[in-house]
Amino acid sequence: MLYREAGDFKTSYPEDSQTFPIAFDRWRYWAVLAIAFLVIPFVINDYWASSLMVPFLIYAIAAIGLNILTGYCGQVSLGTGGFMAVGAYACYKLMTAFPDVNIVFHVLLAGGITAAVGAAFGLPSLRIKGFYLAVATLAAQFFLVWLFNKVAWFYNYSASGQINAPERFIFGTAVTGPSAPAWAQYLVCLVFVTFCAVLARNLTRGSLGRSWMAIRDMDIAAEIIGVNPLKAKLTAFAVSSFFIGISGALFFAVYLGAVEAGDSFGITKSFLVLFMVILGGLGSIFGSFAGAAFLVILPVFLKIIGVDVLGWPTEMVAHLQLVIVGALIMFFLIKEPHGLAQLWRLAKEKLRLWPFPY
Amino acid sequence: MLDEGYVTADGRQIGGVMMDMRGITLRFGGVEAIKNISFDIREGEIRAIIGPNGAGKSSMLNVISGFYNPQEGEVWFHGKRRPPMKPFQVARQGIARTFQNIALFEGMTVLDNVMTGRLTQMKSGMLAQAIWKGKAEREETANREVVEKIIDFLEIQAIRKTPVGRLPYGLKKRVELARALAAEPKLLLLDEPMAGMNVEEKEDMSRFILDVNDEFGTTIALIEHDMGVVMDLSDRVVVMDYGRKIGDGTPDEVRNNQEVIDAYLGVAHD
Amino acid sequence: MSADFLYGIEVIINGLMAGVLYALVALGFVLIFKASGIFNYAQGVMALFAALTLVGVMEGQVPFSHVINAVFGTEIHHFGWEVPALLAIFVTLMVMVLFAWLVQQLVFRHLVGQEPIILFMATIGLAYFLEGVGDLMWGSEIKTLALGLPQGGSLVVEDWTAGLGGDDFYGFFIDKLDMVATLVAIVLVAGLIGFAQYTKQGRAMRAVADDHQAALSVGISLNFIWVLVWSLAGLVALVAGVMWGAKSGVQFSLSLIALKALPVLMLGGFTSIPGAIVGGLIIGVGEKLFEYMIGPMVGGATENWFAYVLALIFLVFRPQGLFGEKIIERV
Repeated sequence: MLYREAGDFKTSYPEDSQTFPIAFDRWRYWAVLAIAFLVIPFVINDYWASSLMVPFLIYAIAAIGLNILTGYCGQVSLGTGGFMAVGAYACYKLMTAFPDVNIVFHVLLAGGITAAVGAAFGLPSLRIKGFYLAVATLAAQFFLVWLFNKVAWFYNYSASGQINAPERFIFGTAVTGPSAPAWAQYLVCLVFVTFCAVLARNLTRGSLGRSWMAIRDMDIAAEIIGVNPLKAKLTAFAVSSFFIGISGALFFAVYLGAVEAGDSFGITKSFLVLFMVILGGLGSIFGSFAGAAFLVILPVFLKIIGVDVLGWPTEMVAHLQLVIVGALIMFFLIKEPHGLAQLWRLAKEKLRLWPFPY
Repeated sequence: MLDEGYVTADGRQIGGVMMDMRGITLRFGGVEAIKNISFDIREGEIRAIIGPNGAGKSSMLNVISGFYNPQEGEVWFHGKRRPPMKPFQVARQGIARTFQNIALFEGMTVLDNVMTGRLTQMKSGMLAQAIWKGKAEREETANREVVEKIIDFLEIQAIRKTPVGRLPYGLKKRVELARALAAEPKLLLLDEPMAGMNVEEKEDMSRFILDVNDEFGTTIALIEHDMGVVMDLSDRVVVMDYGRKIGDGTPDEVRNNQEVIDAYLGVAHD
Repeated sequence: MSADFLYGIEVIINGLMAGVLYALVALGFVLIFKASGIFNYAQGVMALFAALTLVGVMEGQVPFSHVINAVFGTEIHHFGWEVPALLAIFVTLMVMVLFAWLVQQLVFRHLVGQEPIILFMATIGLAYFLEGVGDLMWGSEIKTLALGLPQGGSLVVEDWTAGLGGDDFYGFFIDKLDMVATLVAIVLVAGLIGFAQYTKQGRAMRAVADDHQAALSVGISLNFIWVLVWSLAGLVALVAGVMWGAKSGVQFSLSLIALKALPVLMLGGFTSIPGAIVGGLIIGVGEKLFEYMIGPMVGGATENWFAYVLALIFLVFRPQGLFGEKIIERV
């Protein structure tokens, strides 16, 4: 049955507040998970993994992270690239310092370290609001990237200034390093995405999530009804940075393999993730996926159409992409500030009532 | 009037002093918004603060709710002197409020808005919430039950899942009251709960205020411009003018106070 | 006077001149922010775009030529003429006015009344858009801006000051272009302040800055004022683009000066013209001095972040900036 709400009564509060209250949505959710876990790993090849699936999953984690800070708690950050760098370098230091520990713990711990750094840079948010804060987070962006470029300890004094991911295994299969098979890279990222998405959903549905949203919608009123702004903002910074750190660690260890802070985690990365959140939908976890998918697919799509089919110069297509992304950002902010997720929700609201809209 | 309280005209027993404001003075730069004002609020009573525009009523409420810290004077709550506090700490002591210009969280549904009122009562930690199943979910359900009772009480069941941004003004005021009530406050502060309402909505709101006081035994302090409403609802009235207190007593006493008539009611009746 | 001390002074003088240029870019931000509450991240890209357009017009480049060539398979590049500098500057200015009008009509008209942070994000979108358009229009290779501005160190100053510090000191090294830029910036700032204070449009602009509703009610066209301020910001962008373009070539990095102007604004307050100037000078001197004194100890290139961290620390203690008004929160 496609979409049905009338007659689908809930008899308990937990049932009413579950993630997918409509049965059809629940089915689709399990179907997507089943395909992602049981079908795609068997059919995926190197091209699909490296140009679409793996970056999509990793950016989705970063977008979820930024969405918690910006979409749920209302604090705009332009420091995402810097925090991803923290995750990457923390993961690298851990991988090389404790080679016997499983990579999964390294990635999680890298997230934890990033959370601490993020909370530290979130401290000024108590005094500074709005775009003052956005600009202040640029301090994090530039300072962190500079730090990782200049302090040789972070890249283990390697001559190139790069960090290279050594080969690491999960259940006997390489997941990092040049010989890691595509399906393993994909599966590792998928597990982390699923973990992060469930975590984010749980954290945003309860009292913590409500205190974030209260701060976002009206910080003064939130404080007067009993939200401790220090705690709310710092937890948002910490949780957000935790996810962003994980995505940075995966971006380095699983996806790229070799990283130089300025190239991979510059200010453009911050904007890219911010755009994913805006296009996908502020304050929506589904939107984080949609935005990440959109901005990962768009360049691939444009390259296929522009370069391969029409034969235009690569450089021109890249510029065209800037124009399109910029125009889309403005268009969405004007027409649909809640992004792709809202378009989806509106379509669903119509479907729920279909065929009797009145 | 004895220290142990008094009995109102309609036979309600009013208790001892809950909140005692002693010699409060509040300045913004060179401007004195409140000048050396003292008054008290007793357990179970409906206390009104009235006065012309700019008299300092809202500032007074902001002092009580901890949003402004007065330069001089002491705030005593439940027989203890309250040190300067942040607003959220005051809220945790059991003081909730509504706002003159509605301050709801526009991006959230009615239900979520009212649930934010429970934030002071919800204690499960970040880890428990991240896991959700178990402690956090139980807590959510228990608090949801409390909130649903208040939603029933204020008759806003039908708009539970509506985003607040889409509601008309009168309903928003009611949702705001629901959010304040959800905290199960000992003291409820209402800043012009009936501003901008028509007669019917005012009657509804008056009924809710009386019911809250009656059923939950909540102490209420309110600011209101509608004299008829104030005189009907409140047990005792403080009158402010230009930051000074010019009258304090039962509605009848205030009505017959010459200074009040001159400064306030007299002008209004010209 | 010891040579070290004199080199320190040289660093300060150069810092002051760099600061003037930061202030110039920051001024473009302040203009738009005061009148419309929009924090225009695209200011830097506007400077790049203006400089690209100026070069393109002077050299008689055909706009979008390589797009046309790629799509239609043609081989056009130049009109075959060269435009004198003054005329080209005028044409560029017209392009910037047209741009201002388009931006107002197509984008920000539809965002009136939105939260500042949404407007800010829209200007980030605008920056990407404009950067793409600029590259498509004029190509993205590095261009030189041949306006005939003086280049290189000023020998006059060097000779004149050489005697100050004994044998170790060879005189202040001061770039002639920086001196010209400083002069131009001072003239432009004076002009803008004069415009805002003494002309009818300037008064209307200040009225809008104070209160949109009130300005509307006395018959000021908000739309006109907003196009006006975007045009003025375009003018400031053009001047900034010319100065920076002449210094280091017209290329993408030029748009990054906007990022430098941000901490200037945080320091000076977003609504204050004197704040932008003083903030610019502080940042200019501060980052040069920091790099000169502390830089060698930590590996250099501290200019990348010094301004931000300074602004950040400063803001924590004074959130409204140097000259901003104190914020009284109300409910």
